[in-house]
Amino acid sequence: MTFFDLLALDFVQTALIAAAVLGLVAGALGPFIVTRKMAFAVHGTSELAFTGGAAALLLGVGVGYGALAGSIIAAVLLGVLSRRESDRDSVIGAILAFGLGMGILMLALYKGRSSNKFGLLVGQIVGVDSTDLQLLVISSAAVLAVLAVIYRPLFFASVDPDVAVARGVPVRGLSIVFAVLIGVATALSVQVVGALLVLALMITPAAAAMRLTASPVRAIVLSVVFAEVAAVGGILLSLQPGLPVSALVTAVSFVIYLVCRGIGAVRTGASRAA
Amino acid sequence: MTAISLRGARLSYGDRVLWDSLDLDVEPGEFLAVLGPNGSGKTSLMRVLLGLQPLSSGTVEVNGGNRAIGYIPQQRALDQSMTLRGRDLVGLGLDGYRWGLGVRGRAARRIRVDAAIESVGATRYADSPIGLLSGGEQQRLRVAQALVGDPTVMLCDEPLLSLDLANQRVVSELIDKRRREAATAVLFVTHELNPVLPLVDRVLYLVGGRFRIGTPEEVMTSATLSELYRTPVEVVRVRDQILVVGAGACEEQTHHLSAGAAS
Repeated sequence: MTFFDLLALDFVQTALIAAAVLGLVAGALGPFIVTRKMAFAVHGTSELAFTGGAAALLLGVGVGYGALAGSIIAAVLLGVLSRRESDRDSVIGAILAFGLGMGILMLALYKGRSSNKFGLLVGQIVGVDSTDLQLLVISSAAVLAVLAVIYRPLFFASVDPDVAVARGVPVRGLSIVFAVLIGVATALSVQVVGALLVLALMITPAAAAMRLTASPVRAIVLSVVFAEVAAVGGILLSLQPGLPVSALVTAVSFVIYLVCRGIGAVRTGASRAA
Repeated sequence: MTAISLRGARLSYGDRVLWDSLDLDVEPGEFLAVLGPNGSGKTSLMRVLLGLQPLSSGTVEVNGGNRAIGYIPQQRALDQSMTLRGRDLVGLGLDGYRWGLGVRGRAARRIRVDAAIESVGATRYADSPIGLLSGGEQQRLRVAQALVGDPTVMLCDEPLLSLDLANQRVVSELIDKRRREAATAVLFVTHELNPVLPLVDRVLYLVGGRFRIGTPEEVMTSATLSELYRTPVEVVRVRDQILVVGAGACEEQTHHLSAGAAS
C-alpha cells in the first residue's frame, strides 16, 4: 500500500485526530509542568495510568477508563501527600514503584492477548476506536476549559508563589486542580504513546519551546505546535515503514528539542558577546 | 480615613502569644518600620493584614482590603531559565489573581503595565528574561509589580535583603516616592533599620510578645529596647546610624509568608 492508501484507512484517520487532540492538550499543559518542575510527577502519574489500565484489562472494562481512574487517583494522592515541595520527589517515587508493581501483577493475572499488555506500555494509537476517540475529545475539551478558567492564577502561582499567596490566590487548591488536569491528560496520552513515553508529549515540546522564548504566551503556542508536529508527524512517519508509533513520536519530539537547545545556546552566546 | 487599623489585636498559637492588645493606626502616606527578632510575629502581622491569617481576638481593617495592597517580597534568586519577563511579573501584580485568560482589555492593561515599569525606570530590561537580571533590577520590577494595582497600602517584606547599598537606596527611594506622591501607607518589615531610617515616621518593635510603637527617637533607646528584650541592650548613635548592641537583633532573617504561621 502507498502512503496515501494508508492515509485513507479509517483507523489511521482516527489515530491522526486523536494525536492532534492530544498534542493540543499536552502542548498547552507542558509549559506549566516544566515551570512547576513536575516532570517526575507526570512520569509517576503515567505509571499509575498503566496500573489503572492493567486493572481495567483484568476486570474486563475499558482500558481508557481504567487509565483515567488510575492517573486521577495518582494525581490526587500526589497532591495530598506531598504538601511540601521537598516531599514531592520521594512521595512520587514511593507511589510510582508500588503502582508499577501492582500493574505488573495484574498483567500477569490477565489471560487475554499479550499485545494488549504491551500496548499499555508503548501505546497503541492505531487501536483507538470511535468510543475511545469520543472519550478523548470530551476529556480534552474539559481539560482545556478548566485550564482557561484557572490560567492567570495558575500562572501566578507557578512563577511567583510567594506574591500569589499574598494576593489571595488559592495556591494549594490550584496545585491539586492542576494535578488532576495532568492526570486526565496523562491518561489520554497513555493510549497514544504508552505509559513509558508520556514525557515525550507532555514535557519535551514545552522544554523545547521554553528554550526559544521568555514570553509565556509564545511558549504555550510554540509548545502546542511542537507537540502537534511530534504527535501527528510521528504517526505519519510510522505508516509506510510500519514502525512503532511511539518510537517515531518520541524521536521527532527529541529532534525538535535538540534543535531548540541549539538555537537557544547560539542566541545566549550571541547576547553575551554583544 | 486610616489606611490600616488594628484594635486590641491578639495573635496566639496555642499557649504562645505573638502579640496582644495591639492598637495600631497607620495613616495614608505614613512609613512604618516593623522590627524585631525572628519569631516575634512580623510575618504573622503581614499575613493578618493580607487576610491570610485570622486574629485570635480584636479587629483588623485595611482600607480597600487585600486588593488594595501592594506586596513586595524579599529578593530571591530566580531560575535563570524561567519563562518570564519583567513585564509579565508586573502584569501579574495587576490581575494575576483573577480567573480566566484575561483576553479583554489588553490594550488598557498594557498602558498600565508600561506606566508602572517606567515609574521604576525598568523600561530598558522589561522584556528580558527575568532570571538574567540582577537582584537590583528584579527588585525594581517588584516595586512596579506592587505599584501597578494602584495600592493604598504597601506591605514590604524585607525588600532590601541581599541588595547592595546602591540598590538598597534606589529601591527604598522608589517606595518613598510612591508614598509621597500617592499617600500610600507603607509597612516595611526589616531587620536593618538604618537603610530606611531617614524615611521612617514610626517604628513598631516586636519582641517575644511585647511591643513598642513610636518614632525612631522614642523606640530606639537603650532603656526601651532593654525593657523589650528584658536584657541590657545598648543603643548607640553614630552619625545618622543607629547601632543596637547585645540584642541579637541583627541576625539574618529567613521567613516566608507561605511557610506558615509562626515564623
